[in-house]
Amino acid sequence: MTEPAAPHAASFDIAENSAAGAGGRLFQPVGAWILAQASDLDIQLARLDPATTPGLRIDGGRLTQLDTAGAWLLVRLARRLEVQHGKVEFVNFDPSHATLLERVAEVEPEVEPLNAARPNGLTTFLARIGAATIGVGTQARDLVGFLGLAMITLGRSLKQPHRFRLTALVSQIEKTGLDAMPIVGLLTFLIGVVLAYQGAETLRGFGAEIYTVNLLGVSILRELGILITAIIVAGRSGSAFTAQIGTMKVNQEVDAMQTMGLDPVEVLVLPRMLALIVTLPLLTFFANIMGLLGGGVICMVLLDISPDQYMRQLANTTDISHFWVGMIKAPFFAVIIALVGCFEGLRVSGSAESVGRLTTQSVVEAIFLVIIADAAFSILFQLMGI
Amino acid sequence: MAQPETIIEVTGLRTQFGRSVIHDDLDFTVRRGEVMGVVGGSGTGKSVLLKEIIGLITPAAGTIRVLGGDVLNDEAAMQRARESWGVLFQDGALFSSLTVAENIQVPMRERGGLSQTLMDDLARVKLALVGLPADAGPKFPSELSGGMRKRAGLARALALDPALLFLDEPTAGLDPIGAADFDTLIRNLQQSLGLTVVMVTHDLDSLVAVTDRISALVDKKVVVGTIAELMEQDHPWLRSYFHGARARQVAGMAAPNVEKR
Repeated sequence: MTEPAAPHAASFDIAENSAAGAGGRLFQPVGAWILAQASDLDIQLARLDPATTPGLRIDGGRLTQLDTAGAWLLVRLARRLEVQHGKVEFVNFDPSHATLLERVAEVEPEVEPLNAARPNGLTTFLARIGAATIGVGTQARDLVGFLGLAMITLGRSLKQPHRFRLTALVSQIEKTGLDAMPIVGLLTFLIGVVLAYQGAETLRGFGAEIYTVNLLGVSILRELGILITAIIVAGRSGSAFTAQIGTMKVNQEVDAMQTMGLDPVEVLVLPRMLALIVTLPLLTFFANIMGLLGGGVICMVLLDISPDQYMRQLANTTDISHFWVGMIKAPFFAVIIALVGCFEGLRVSGSAESVGRLTTQSVVEAIFLVIIADAAFSILFQLMGI
Repeated sequence: MAQPETIIEVTGLRTQFGRSVIHDDLDFTVRRGEVMGVVGGSGTGKSVLLKEIIGLITPAAGTIRVLGGDVLNDEAAMQRARESWGVLFQDGALFSSLTVAENIQVPMRERGGLSQTLMDDLARVKLALVGLPADAGPKFPSELSGGMRKRAGLARALALDPALLFLDEPTAGLDPIGAADFDTLIRNLQQSLGLTVVMVTHDLDSLVAVTDRISALVDKKVVVGTIAELMEQDHPWLRSYFHGARARQVAGMAAPNVEKR
């Protein structure tokens, strides 16, 4: 391998070969047949007409460098010529180049893919709709099944309270509740600000600024407090559940747990679900206060409603039932978020890539289900006349 | 080749993480066309040395020259070096969102200038070279077994016909038969493609089957030699490594093969 620093150029010649008898010709690759030149050589070789070159032999005497790309081009050329003229010989190659050619020549010719009959667009479209529908159905069935499993496990561990994992529960309460307070507080405060600001602007037109307080009371206590909190918790803790459990699944920690007789639902799912059942109502309460506070600040600044007046108006006009309507939804949303998060986490299999995919899916699904449940609650309360 | 050309030259290398010194005034050279094994106990910095040479970790002091260029200080030399080496990571490190064939084509695409047909052809050539069936091409890495993933990773490392190949524990996690096959594969490829190979390994079978020389990392430095030379060394770690029951067994079994070669 002591070739001079090659002037990286490659080409080929076709020479008459007197030694091989009449019509014998030599194809001579020249220079460095390497990847860097492969593109040019490919184009040049494509122009070569096999019909004009009978009895060709490939002569490696003038090659300076050969790599797999170059070798492949030669092998491919030989195969093309063989179709018309029979066996093409490789002669005069450097031993190392010859070994490489032999190895590359073992590559099987391309097999045409058999699925030539491509399905048409409409069929594919319908098939995808069908597959997605079945997917959603199976997913819903499995999720309901998982809810049942979690409830059975919960019932069993209530019967044997000593098996209950208190440390895990407290740790989860801290992570999902306490640590979420700043973001939940800030966001609901801002929502209160925005709501009061927009409400005041519109209501001022009717001279009814004071009703801004009613607007705030009803909307925050009844809907926004719980909904914003649930969405933040789904994005924050639901995704964390999926990622944590999913990673454990990838590392086979969940398998290890099962072989030791530990039930993953009991160890992983229950503490998370119970933690959210505890923290989501508390966070909602906190969110309600912060939202009303944000609205109150705007009322004071923009509408000259004093804090005292604000409190009185709120207490007189907003029925306590609005507060309870909001709060009663919290544990249900908590179960939805925790179940979806854990369920998607346990569905992780094999690759790390699926952790990311299922985490996204878990957040989207949890928020979707929370809003569906919220709508269902609205209809229920409407029917009950609350 | 009377005067073998030096392809990697590491001099005075010092590596430090916080207060713990991993390498101290370490010298390491690899000649063109040889297979260099790198061994050492856990935590002696085998993989760290490899990562320093390929530019993933910057050492505290010392120079690293690859193909004559100072890769630590000269970005152009680093770029040239990157184009002339392939790296096989422990579990293949294939991009999980791409098929095997697309994985092999990533370096080719990055380099540019090749038609899709030619890249498809070359991907098939590489697959065949590493002993994978052609139908592995359209599969995703997650659909392959560990051994096949390693082969696919090797195919990707060979995508640009590198002069230099780095292997990080190529046989770790393979069964003995799979590991032996992989060793044979590396030896064959090394001979037919004229590669220079640097191979970090724990596997004595691999060392015996594949390597020309071995660099053992002991006392923050490198002791280099052939297996026979290292077996005569007195250092306690080298003694226990090359004279353990397992080592004697391997040496005994593999001796005839070594003769044949």
